[in-house]
Amino acid sequence: MPSFANPAYDTAHLLDTAVLMLSFALLYQRRLFAVLTIYAWQALFLAAAAAWQAYAQGAPHLYITAGIALVFKAIIIPLALHRIIVSLEIHRTIETALGVGATLAVGVALVALSILLVLPVTTASGALTRESLAAALSVVLLGLLMMITRRNAVSQVVGFMSLENGLILAAVGVKGMPLVVELSIAFSVMVAFIIFGIFFFHIRERFDTLDVHDIERFRGERR
Amino acid sequence: MNLFLLELLQLALLLLAAPLLTGLVRKVKARLNGRVGPGLLQPYRDLWRLLRKDVVLAPNASWLFRTSPYLIFTAVWLAAAIVPTFATGLLLSRTADLIALVALLGTARFALALAGMDVGTSFGGIGASREMMIASLAEPAMLMVTFTVALVVRSTSLPHIAEFLLTHAVGIRISLFLGLISLLMVAIAENARIPVDNPATHLELTMVHEAMVLEYSGRHLALIEGAAMVKLLLYISLIASVFFPWGLALDPTEPRALAIGLSSYAAKLALGGVVLAFFETSIAKMRVFRVAEFLGGAFLLGLLAAIFLYVSQGV
Repeated sequence: MPSFANPAYDTAHLLDTAVLMLSFALLYQRRLFAVLTIYAWQALFLAAAAAWQAYAQGAPHLYITAGIALVFKAIIIPLALHRIIVSLEIHRTIETALGVGATLAVGVALVALSILLVLPVTTASGALTRESLAAALSVVLLGLLMMITRRNAVSQVVGFMSLENGLILAAVGVKGMPLVVELSIAFSVMVAFIIFGIFFFHIRERFDTLDVHDIERFRGERR
Repeated sequence: MNLFLLELLQLALLLLAAPLLTGLVRKVKARLNGRVGPGLLQPYRDLWRLLRKDVVLAPNASWLFRTSPYLIFTAVWLAAAIVPTFATGLLLSRTADLIALVALLGTARFALALAGMDVGTSFGGIGASREMMIASLAEPAMLMVTFTVALVVRSTSLPHIAEFLLTHAVGIRISLFLGLISLLMVAIAENARIPVDNPATHLELTMVHEAMVLEYSGRHLALIEGAAMVKLLLYISLIASVFFPWGLALDPTEPRALAIGLSSYAAKLALGGVVLAFFETSIAKMRVFRVAEFLGGAFLLGLLAAIFLYVSQGV
């Protein structure tokens, strides 16, 4: 707003909110390519948030986190998923297990839940930590929600990746997070992504679809 | 006395600037589509042409159909006068608050929907029913944003909100950011802009606003189109005065502050029009049944804004 009383605080807030907003946009969106674009934007804002924290906290190793987020999550993973979608000729509208409106309502309930969780734990710390922790936890829960409500394997993976964005967001907001932890998170996500990619090909080859709903009957779950 | 003159200036300015703003949006959209497009002053010429033409009335049109345009125009114009456009100390804006503004716009919409159904054509009926569906979703979202801003500022009076945000260090709150996005979504729906409705279409399946006013002609149509232009101006001014209040004249009797206020207002309007044109060009119209999700999203964002307020304030 007009007077910037505390730029470090304000900018961090704005970036956190943008990441949270994009989580909601992921829940709202129905087209696969648009989901990927939104995911790339979320990663971009995550990178900006990490870079800003690196600048504000004077912690240069966070620039590496920002760089990883920018290169891998905002560019490589969306492009790779894009190629997978094209090469597998996946049906490009997403079927949701729950209506979009209902999903968004559950999403808001989850945000309220994460605020209720964060508030009593962090009464001692300042408003910035509180808000960014609440936002980060919300992003994690919304990623979980996306994995639950989507029937398509690709969008479930995007849900998983955005969940991981929430983890990184929580990590960069807290002072003194060691680089090793962040690197290992980033690395494990890369590995998970590769495994997911291989799984896509195998599922597709075996069952001719990526809709997990159709796969369930092979587990004997279908009524 | 001076304040009285300034109030008259604001009322006249609203009327004069609204067609120019609409002309600007149309021009930018035309340029983005690769067309030359009509000149900036075309909406003035259109309104003038309509004002001079005779009214063609359907034989079964009642008094409601004939009086509605005047009611709609007056309500929207009055609502626009509440918004602090270039200064905060004006007379009319002190008499009513944001909730009165929502109520005035609701009155205008009610009259328009009734007039749409009055002649008994099927288009009027479908337009009115869709308009009411959109309104029933947009109004709660708008009120939610109002409550959020009111909780930050502890007032629903618009000039007070603008003054408070100008003079206090509020900071970029998560809540205000969410409220801004929610209000932008409401503004797009309320002004019948592209993802929700297309202001330039006469395709029968997609019309909402245009379907209701199909039967109007002559000066009645001029009033209704003028009201739509003023409404667009109103929403851009509202968003500008609440979320971007820089440059507003706190003391309108001082000439220098007034000059800054007027020029910054013009800049904000032009910027808002260009951004709107870019947004409309870059997006496709959504199906009518997805509007519920779109505006439901706006409402939920408003709700989130209110929730986050409690975190940051620790109330």
